[in-house]
Amino acid sequence: MGEGQTRFYYWAMAPAVVLVATFFVLPLLQVLWLSVSEPAFGLQNYAALIDNPFLQRVWLNTLRVCALTTLIAVTAGYLVAYVMAHVHEHQRALMISCIVLTFWLSVLIRAFAWVMILRTEGVLNSALLSLGLIEQPVRLVRNEIGVLIGMAHYMLPIAVLPMYSNMQSVSPSYVHAARGLGARAWQTFFWVYLPLTKAGIIAAAMLVFILSLGFYITPAILGGGRVVMIAEYIRVSFDETLRWGYATMLASTLLIVLSLGLALLARAINIQKVFGA
Amino acid sequence: MGGGNKGVGSSSHSLSLKKLTKRYGLQSAIEDVSIDVGRGKFVTLLGPSGSGKTTILMTVAGFIAPTTGQILLDDRDITHLAPERRNFGMVFQGYALFPHMTVEENVWFPLRVRGMPLAKARKDVAAILDLVQLSGLTSRLPAELSGGQQQRVALARALVFQPDLMLLDEPLSALDKRLRADLQWELSALHRRLGATFISVTHDQEEALSMSDDIVILRDGRVEQSGSPSTLYDKPATRFVANFLGESNFIRGDVSQVESDHFRYTVQDRSFLQAGSPRPKDHDGSVLLALRPEKISVGSAPTNLPNSLDGHITDFKYFGSTFYLQVATKLFGRIMVKTPAAHAGFQPSIDARVWLGWSPDAPVVVRAS
Repeated sequence: MGEGQTRFYYWAMAPAVVLVATFFVLPLLQVLWLSVSEPAFGLQNYAALIDNPFLQRVWLNTLRVCALTTLIAVTAGYLVAYVMAHVHEHQRALMISCIVLTFWLSVLIRAFAWVMILRTEGVLNSALLSLGLIEQPVRLVRNEIGVLIGMAHYMLPIAVLPMYSNMQSVSPSYVHAARGLGARAWQTFFWVYLPLTKAGIIAAAMLVFILSLGFYITPAILGGGRVVMIAEYIRVSFDETLRWGYATMLASTLLIVLSLGLALLARAINIQKVFGA
Repeated sequence: MGGGNKGVGSSSHSLSLKKLTKRYGLQSAIEDVSIDVGRGKFVTLLGPSGSGKTTILMTVAGFIAPTTGQILLDDRDITHLAPERRNFGMVFQGYALFPHMTVEENVWFPLRVRGMPLAKARKDVAAILDLVQLSGLTSRLPAELSGGQQQRVALARALVFQPDLMLLDEPLSALDKRLRADLQWELSALHRRLGATFISVTHDQEEALSMSDDIVILRDGRVEQSGSPSTLYDKPATRFVANFLGESNFIRGDVSQVESDHFRYTVQDRSFLQAGSPRPKDHDGSVLLALRPEKISVGSAPTNLPNSLDGHITDFKYFGSTFYLQVATKLFGRIMVKTPAAHAGFQPSIDARVWLGWSPDAPVVVRAS
């Protein structure tokens, strides 16, 4: 490749670079700047992390909901991934396309669909009522249960993929060897298969947890304002209470937490390579 | 092998496969296979890939259920027993050592799943690791071991719980030639010392000949011939066996004269003398003879053996102890000859004229297919 040609390709990248710099990097720096300069220069916005009990509750809420979402999505996803890694090729192709299909469904549509199903007059409650299984409608939305159902549902396919790819790299001969040496099914699973798929579980858990932290629409709709998570709180501070310094501090904190999480994830993926994935 | 281990693998059992067949749809992987393995024997299933040898081993291990047939351990029917309840030790192809466990934990595994008390398990693991000479490497991970060491861990893991039967799936195929030869000695010594029944699968004829009490040769899912290594080598029943186990020249002749303990056959008007009877005979009245390259004597002058033939050397190789000659003959085409270098009495050279000779009992009449 000639030097002129190389230079041409660099220039061809320029519009994208300018676009990212103008509309992404600059506003981001502005957010970081506002968080230490509004209303006055200093770290007083960040002091709220230590002395504002409401903010601490929001953060704890967020971490708890994300942890539970991760637990549910990874556990359920492990089962799906296990089946996918062990069924016949035709069924596997069908399962993979079903999982990829879910990525095409808007998160908004899914959240509203869950409201229709779960609300007190919804499909699920009226079915359970008419079957006589319950006497009064169960509250399944506008609370934490609704948020967890919606978020775990969204995260499930995301949890499946890394675990599935990890399981594909585990040779079936280990399971054969374990059984041939006298291990019962549960011993084979807990002492051999589960440790061999640990790297996939770690990768899936970190991915789901990190993505859950920034979730906004699903908790807002399914939580009905009762389950305030950090993303929702940022919007309220910008939009309604108009405390920009405070809002940008929240946003910056979230950004830092996410970056740390991503750094950890990168290490987890390296671990996966060490395991021969 | 060092260390005294009287407790390891003292019991031995016999195994009978009765008319085992495994079909996948219309294809059969093995067809009507019957094999008897005596108490304490080392039996090798030998065959090319696709001959069904691994299917048979996996059926014995319990990972494949036979379509029809029976597997008996001593007199007990184990055909439908789950693999984890058979109490067989198995060395897998590639060893399948658990990569997340140390050497010690790998060997402990079969005792752990059996719920053996830790103190006793610790002693047994130490004893078996001593037997396979791995005492210094107990806390290494499999990935930190050489191929030969991994092989020993796999053996130790399969032996530590005193299995009723040892199953070995291509136990040495992952190792280089030199190490393979060393471990052949060690494996036979281990077998002798333990007195346990071993069943091994291999495609390596040398491995089969050197280690086994009996060899079963498989072809297209059926037993082609079985017997002791020397029987199979000296008296192959078919062309396939003569070719697969060692090397052979093949001669086709028309039977011309039959006596009580010998017969004559002709190849293009030349007559040859052969011991034994002309059986099995082909439907056109001809016989096929297998003649081992090392049973032909070669010299630069006509021999006084009953069967002789002349030709010229088209190629030769020197292997230190032996010469390998390719001799072109008018009658038989190309003939391979192996002769000890010390007794050759001549220096081979390309295009040199040589005389070949063999005694009447050197070739064996074989079935063509």
